[in-house]
Amino acid sequence: MQVTRDFSHYVREAGEGVQHIDLAVEGVHCAGCMAKIERGLSAIPDVTLARVNLTDRRVALEWKAGTLNPGRFIDRLEELGYKAYPFETESAEVAEVAESRFLLRCLGVAAFATMNVMMLSIPVWSGNVSDMLPEQRDFFHWLSALIALPAAAYAGQPFFRSAWRALSAKTTNMDVPISIGVILALGMSVVETFHHAEHAYFDAAIMLLTFLLVGRFLDQNMRRRTRAVAGNLAALKAETAAKFIGPDEISQVPVAAINPGDIVLLRPGERCAVDGTVIEGRSEIDQSLITGETLYVTAEQGTAVYAGSMNISGTLRVRVSAASEATLLAEITRLLDNALQARSRYMRLADRASRLYAPVVHATALLTILGWVIAGAAWHDAIVTGVAVLIITCPCALGLAIPTVQTIASGAMFKSGVLLNSGDAIERLAEADHVIFDKTGTLTLPDLEVMNAADIPAEIFELAGRLALSSHHPVAAAVAQAAGAKSPVVGAVEEAGQGVRATVDGVELRLGRPSFCGAEALIGSTVVDPEASVVAFSRGSDRFVLSVRQGLRPDAKAVIAALKARNIGIEILSGDREPAVKAAAKVLEIPEWRAGVTPSDKIARIEELKQRGAKVLMVGDGMNDAPSLAAAHVSMSPISAAHLSQATADLVFLGRPLAPVVAAIDASRKALHLMRQNLWLAIGYNVLAVPVAISGVVTPLIAAAAMSGSSILVMLNSLRARTSSREIV
Amino acid sequence: MEILVILVPLALMLGGAGLVAFLWSLRSGQYDDLDGAAWRAIADDEPPQEAPVKR
Repeated sequence: MQVTRDFSHYVREAGEGVQHIDLAVEGVHCAGCMAKIERGLSAIPDVTLARVNLTDRRVALEWKAGTLNPGRFIDRLEELGYKAYPFETESAEVAEVAESRFLLRCLGVAAFATMNVMMLSIPVWSGNVSDMLPEQRDFFHWLSALIALPAAAYAGQPFFRSAWRALSAKTTNMDVPISIGVILALGMSVVETFHHAEHAYFDAAIMLLTFLLVGRFLDQNMRRRTRAVAGNLAALKAETAAKFIGPDEISQVPVAAINPGDIVLLRPGERCAVDGTVIEGRSEIDQSLITGETLYVTAEQGTAVYAGSMNISGTLRVRVSAASEATLLAEITRLLDNALQARSRYMRLADRASRLYAPVVHATALLTILGWVIAGAAWHDAIVTGVAVLIITCPCALGLAIPTVQTIASGAMFKSGVLLNSGDAIERLAEADHVIFDKTGTLTLPDLEVMNAADIPAEIFELAGRLALSSHHPVAAAVAQAAGAKSPVVGAVEEAGQGVRATVDGVELRLGRPSFCGAEALIGSTVVDPEASVVAFSRGSDRFVLSVRQGLRPDAKAVIAALKARNIGIEILSGDREPAVKAAAKVLEIPEWRAGVTPSDKIARIEELKQRGAKVLMVGDGMNDAPSLAAAHVSMSPISAAHLSQATADLVFLGRPLAPVVAAIDASRKALHLMRQNLWLAIGYNVLAVPVAISGVVTPLIAAAAMSGSSILVMLNSLRARTSSREIV
Repeated sequence: MEILVILVPLALMLGGAGLVAFLWSLRSGQYDDLDGAAWRAIADDEPPQEAPVKR
């Protein structure tokens, strides 16, 4: 059968006769890589553009239309030592990028306006205490208005819109007091300038917008970056399927280009990338990513297979179905929807702060006006003082307090291999005091390992590994990898469903089922592990048994101990059989565990813990975990998790170790601590500044100094989230 | 104080020019890859031939 690679799905036309493709690249991290890749790709004839984006770890390529197959770029990058794969920009990412640019544009406008207005304000401040003429002062104030009013109208859009949305929904958020403060400050300044007054607050209003836009932009940039990294990871999984494009012709196409009704070929050792029904063939499949069950199940005509299942022994033809048709998925989706609906919307720290903040500030301003009127001041003076209170309390530092910490903490988490799916995940993770682990694929690794390699003579093991290279069976692949085999045995023959055999120097070698190797007698004595698959190896009359299973993550035990040291409750809820779960729980010293748990049981357990007031962190990877990931207070998934689970989880961690779980908890606790500290700093500033404002002695100079001082203080404090804490495990 | 007639428009023009330059640089994608831009500044123009780079 002819197999071709088809990337046309990702190629787009970029102008006349030029085609464009974006590739996600793994392992680009310095100038050297960048230069190497750009040189290497530009050397291909007809390539017109090859540019690396180091921030997003991507390469943009353009070439003369019709001259090249994109597959060639991927091969070239592989020669250079980088794994690459084309990707499609999600619409969500496009929106994040657009929003990010808009905020940067607003920030630029606000910052330039601030600088220019400041340049006009300083002469006024110094002129007020020396020899400035009132006409000159008015002239400078009008110039300030000329710059500040249009700039505020443009740069204030993000706040005005959000405040309007909140007010239309009859709620309030931080943007409501911000918008009121800015609009009143500008309005009052215009009126005061008309009346040839000594003070105008154009500089304060526009400076406030600048500082707040810094916070807003950082927040948005963090989200954009997470989205980009997630997009890369999805692309680099390079999920393709062998689709039949003719009766006997298949093309390796990206999953994105596969539609329901297509027929795909699933070879042994391949992970199924689509949901569908088997229409031809017979095999065993490993559904552990779907159900948590590590025993293989038989697949034949009519069996439903799900994306994430591993095909073990035979070749299958699968008809792709729309996701909702599959029964197991429908059940999980229903539970997931319920859990998502029941999830009470978490009140973020910033929302809680603003809910308290806005009424207090507005009441203070109002009372100030009334107080001065009662004390005999003119209405005009009283209102000016009231607005000054609003200006000085405008939540500059408060608006920066949380986003700055979030940005820096998420950057630190990113370095330790944790990606955030949602912004408030940091706050929720910091509160977690009980962790529920799934076993299969979470505490254990998704790949198989040879458990008793040490019991077998090294020379025999190596030979078995070389023989295993001739088979696609996942167990054989595990043996080959464990033995570090490189050169396959010449003349090896695979017998479907049985094993591989070859003759070397007149001695027959066999690797496969115990019966295939005549090793049934050995089974009882060797294998004690209930979870292990057994594979036998024979050389002439010598027989050996290898036990292959999913191993625990290398640092699982240390991580569990580290969690215990932090007084966090731990338990295992697994869909797998009891002996397998019991064995894992024993090694990890986790007294609380349950086996054979269904998705709805998992949710019930989480609800029970919630009733007791526990804040549950759920760590799971299987599709069966998705509903409980949504039901828990906060959730994490390994990067190898099923799509549905990964999309549901608040955080995703990379790599083989489990340590990122503890690292993320530590980082989030530290971040929450700093957020609280920042809020207190902001409040402390107000406590000092408000009495000054109420007493009516605030000048624009005092307002400017106080606002920038408190904002810079908060930003500097946030930087402390960057220093990594002590060694985790 | 007649000097203001020259200085004020001059200052506004300079500020405006700065803003236009910023918006142009933003539009032309110069803020899309800040990490990369930081490295490009110090990259060699003609780096040594494909020496085996340790990764």
